[in-house]
Amino acid sequence: MSEVRLETQALTRHFGALMAVQEIDFKLTAGARHALIGPNGAGKTTFINLLTGVLSPTGGRVLLAGNDITATAQAERVKRGIARTFQINRLFRGLSVLENVYISVAERIGAASGMLAPAGRRRDVIDEAMALLDMLKLSGDARRRVSELPYGRQRLIELAIALGLKPAVLLLDEPAAGVPSAENHIILDAIERLPAEIAVLIIEHDMDVVFRFAERVTVMVGGAIFAEGTPREIEANPEVRAVYLGEATPGERGRAAHV
Amino acid sequence: MNDALLPATGVAGPSENPGVHGLTRRHHLRWWEALPWILAIAYYFAFPDYLSFGADLLISILFALSLDLALGYAGIVTLGHAAFFGTGAYTVGMLAYYGVWNEPITALILGATAAAAVGLLSGLVLLRTTGLTLLMLTLSTMALLEQAANMAHAVTGGFDGLPSLTIGPVFGLFEFNPLYYDTQYLFSLGVLFVCFVFMRTLVYSPFGESLTGIRENVLRMHAVGAPVRRRLIVCYCISAALAGIAGGLWAQDNAYVNLSALGLDRAATVLIILILGGYGRLYGAFIGAVVYLALEHFLAQVYPTAWQLGLGLLLVAVALFARNGILGLGDTLWRRFQARRAAP
Repeated sequence: MSEVRLETQALTRHFGALMAVQEIDFKLTAGARHALIGPNGAGKTTFINLLTGVLSPTGGRVLLAGNDITATAQAERVKRGIARTFQINRLFRGLSVLENVYISVAERIGAASGMLAPAGRRRDVIDEAMALLDMLKLSGDARRRVSELPYGRQRLIELAIALGLKPAVLLLDEPAAGVPSAENHIILDAIERLPAEIAVLIIEHDMDVVFRFAERVTVMVGGAIFAEGTPREIEANPEVRAVYLGEATPGERGRAAHV
Repeated sequence: MNDALLPATGVAGPSENPGVHGLTRRHHLRWWEALPWILAIAYYFAFPDYLSFGADLLISILFALSLDLALGYAGIVTLGHAAFFGTGAYTVGMLAYYGVWNEPITALILGATAAAAVGLLSGLVLLRTTGLTLLMLTLSTMALLEQAANMAHAVTGGFDGLPSLTIGPVFGLFEFNPLYYDTQYLFSLGVLFVCFVFMRTLVYSPFGESLTGIRENVLRMHAVGAPVRRRLIVCYCISAALAGIAGGLWAQDNAYVNLSALGLDRAATVLIILILGGYGRLYGAFIGAVVYLALEHFLAQVYPTAWQLGLGLLLVAVALFARNGILGLGDTLWRRFQARRAAP
């Protein structure tokens, strides 16, 4: 087993009486392709928010490469290598595609507080942003305003902004959500081409995506871990099938899970 | 800026993609950017009898520019920007009235410093909030300052203000003459130019880019690890300092300072000017101030009792048909024209 990048120990979060996340022990290894699945309201996004520092836990710890970051602020966690994408696009809609990625790259390399030289003269930032856009086949749209692009391509920018942070750990919150199935493959191709060294945790409802992409699957139900294993094990687990996958045939799984 | 010195690799790098030009050429000077300054100098020769109006116009532009940085670029919704205008005006005014300091340039720097200090103190509290809460808090901060200036009439002159300020000559040479506004006009123009160059540099810098990021999606800025609150406070202080300079200039030009420097009236006017011209685009302040003050001037002559009616109608039209102000409307029309030309 390779080294653990991100770990939680008994991580817990209550909202009043609601146990959104309960005592989660979880490990994400370097280079992992790990899926987090579970029915709506299982606490998956809350779990991500605890990992990124948007929420603070009621109990338990978060460790990044062995260091306790439970009390570390969100911005500092980003600097230390945790990046995320959002289930619903959170882009700089009025800015160009290039500017969207520029902002993220500039923030990472510490160029963003410069006040004197023009942003357009930071070739290092621009080159890196353009290389990312090239990788995601977005460079042809670099000049266009984000709000003018179709939703599927906007989802790619969501990914590009996160990659601009050169994360060690990347948390993808339903990266293909809201994308018409005809454009789905663009996102999936991009995810499959992610640099191998990044540890990726993906929340996904579409089981076809999960089984295609993930090497390990964690199932959350009611705020707790219900099962964990390889996709094959999870698929074969009768309890998981009962609570989550249903008894649908493989081809229908994705749609069934969305209902 | 060593990048220009880096050896060429021979391979067309990503920067060679025409897609980057929107960003790499954005800060380049365009020919029409000389127009406002040419017109301002032409105005000096063409309308020597209206230099007082002209100086007022230049000050309004500077004040609107300062608001543009906070509101247009960083998205800080404020209805209390006159707090900083007033702080600058009272700082310069009181220093001159009590004979402490009346050298005009350093006095403006002191006014800017005082306004920035007020911006820092209020910003530390205010900028934790957003939207309507922020709007109300900026309004109340201004109201508090206004009341403070009113109640401390022993030093501020209260409602009557401080009249007949003695302002030292600019560079020790050019006297402020209350009858001829030559010095006032040219001095205001010079100050506006310096502040504008600073502001233009700032908004095209990576810092300016990150401010627009905060305006466009603050949650995403947090998610890319940006120190959002610190940036907003820095921006608010700079904006306050520029507003303070505008206020100080106003006190110097008119040789008095009174409560009108601080009130809601002034804060609302500058907001209208900026929205009229178009916010988040530097030159909106220029267009807005010219249109607003010209309309005010001419409508008041034509229809002295109800000139605000015409202004109100114009604002309704802008709100309905030109959400991004006059410049935004021009932008939209230009895009449409280009799209039509591109499509055969």
